[in-house]
Amino acid sequence: MKNFNLSLLFLPVWKRNLIVYRRIWKVNFLVPLLEPLFYLAAFGVGLSGLIGDVVYSGHELSYIRFIAPALLATAIMFNAFFETTYASFVRMYYQKTFDAMLSTPLSLEEVITAEIVWGATKSMLASAIILMVISVFGFVSYPWGLMVVPMAFVGGLAFGSVGMYFTGITPSIDMFNLPIFLFVTPLFLFSGTFFPVSGLPVWGQYLANVSPLYHLVELTRLLTMGRMESSPFLSIVYLLIFALVFYFLSIRAMRRRLIK
Amino acid sequence: MPALMDKGYPIIEAMDLDKRFGSFTAVDKVSFQVEKGEFFGLLGPNGAGKTSIIRMMYGFSPLSSGSMKVFGLDIRTGWREIRSRIGVCQQENTLDPDLSVEQNLLVFAGYYRMPRKKAVQRTSELLDFFALNHKRNAQVSQLSGGMARRLMLARSLINDPSLVILDEPTTGLDPQSRHQVWDKLRDLRSRGLTLVLTTHYMEEAANLCHRLIIMDKGRILVQGSPEELIQKYAGTSIIEVENPGPDIMSFIREKHIRHEELINRLIIYTDDPEGLGRVIRERFCPEKCIFRSGTLEDVFLRLTGRELRE
Repeated sequence: MKNFNLSLLFLPVWKRNLIVYRRIWKVNFLVPLLEPLFYLAAFGVGLSGLIGDVVYSGHELSYIRFIAPALLATAIMFNAFFETTYASFVRMYYQKTFDAMLSTPLSLEEVITAEIVWGATKSMLASAIILMVISVFGFVSYPWGLMVVPMAFVGGLAFGSVGMYFTGITPSIDMFNLPIFLFVTPLFLFSGTFFPVSGLPVWGQYLANVSPLYHLVELTRLLTMGRMESSPFLSIVYLLIFALVFYFLSIRAMRRRLIK
Repeated sequence: MPALMDKGYPIIEAMDLDKRFGSFTAVDKVSFQVEKGEFFGLLGPNGAGKTSIIRMMYGFSPLSSGSMKVFGLDIRTGWREIRSRIGVCQQENTLDPDLSVEQNLLVFAGYYRMPRKKAVQRTSELLDFFALNHKRNAQVSQLSGGMARRLMLARSLINDPSLVILDEPTTGLDPQSRHQVWDKLRDLRSRGLTLVLTTHYMEEAANLCHRLIIMDKGRILVQGSPEELIQKYAGTSIIEVENPGPDIMSFIREKHIRHEELINRLIIYTDDPEGLGRVIRERFCPEKCIFRSGTLEDVFLRLTGRELRE
């Protein structure tokens, strides 16, 4: 079974996750509804008094306006990444859900693909809710702003894949602390989310360009306010390549982990 | 091998099956066949290789060498088709705790691309058959051990399989639940389903299986029907003597009677309960002897030894 077996059979697994999600949809909707409000209150109201305006891509913006699109991008990252790390690990390790699935006509590739696509779907749902919240404040220009939702799917595939890769190699659920503090947290802080990358020294700018979150933040800024400081084409290609590389790495890691 | 119920190709055909994990050999050149309609048992102590064989049967574990054919299809290439026609009841509880009892079956039906209408109908049939209808909307965590096991069985039948693989289906169940599971398995057997069972309960294997193999350390020790194996390896009768004295020991050894010496216990295997039994009863043990018939457990312990595993 070294061949790559992927068919549309991943859809029923994706649907299984949707059924579980729908059961507590109110709770699932609450987080993306409230979280951006907390951030906007803390950073936009609390911190912006100290900071004033920000110069981004040659324009002056209020600080709250600057960070609003970044909230979309970080939520996309967190939703997919946490789904394919903690949630997938629980299904795989504690609930033996994958073992049961692998006694049916499903292949390992289909199960893993479904998990990653589901992570991306959660990113998409969260981004749609956050989009509504920040639209109320007038931080989104339409119709381009709607493109954030499909963009969230691509971003979700990238972070879902890298999360699934960590699930494939982590010895225990506690060890997710490592990728969270060494991968997700630095991305969260240094990807042009809370300050413009153009203000960094050159080496910092190079580093930011490696960050998939930086490219996602850039794209959400472009789609919600029509401005970005880099090239949209490069950012999309980078995210897609990142997703693809970690997708195959995650399949390989899960194959090694599960097939004995 | 007994006369096979020959109806074309065998349902399972394992040839020189090997499974190695690094330098450890879990399954060592195992060959066997399971015919259509047979209830086939796979017995052995822990670590004998039963679960490894079962996992190779449904294409979960790749074979190290040898071949495995199910329905005449090679597991390496035909795994998807094979899995769509079999049901697997795994040893561990792999029910989906995020779903209700009913959803467990409906969602599983989706993995077989079963149309919704058929899935709903099949689900309600199975809930009826396994007496789980009243728990339809319960969460899996609310089920007792016996009910969870019945739901596992129901789920393994969702696709109307022609072969069902059961890995220790009654381990950890109370006697009532175990008997209920046996009743259901007998029912399936009478419907002509082919079943493969692993178990640690010899009584279960003796009751249910047409034919079985006993393995140890990755190899097959014997195969045959429970009756044949008992006849051949245990004898029809067994006399257990507690705290045997030196006179009975020398009597048994002199006469070359099949026996086993345990701590403070002597087990005598015989096909002649009348003659030998009477002699022993009258000469050596008027009270502390147990006369009983041979069981599969005697066969099992004789063949695989009594020392603890793992």
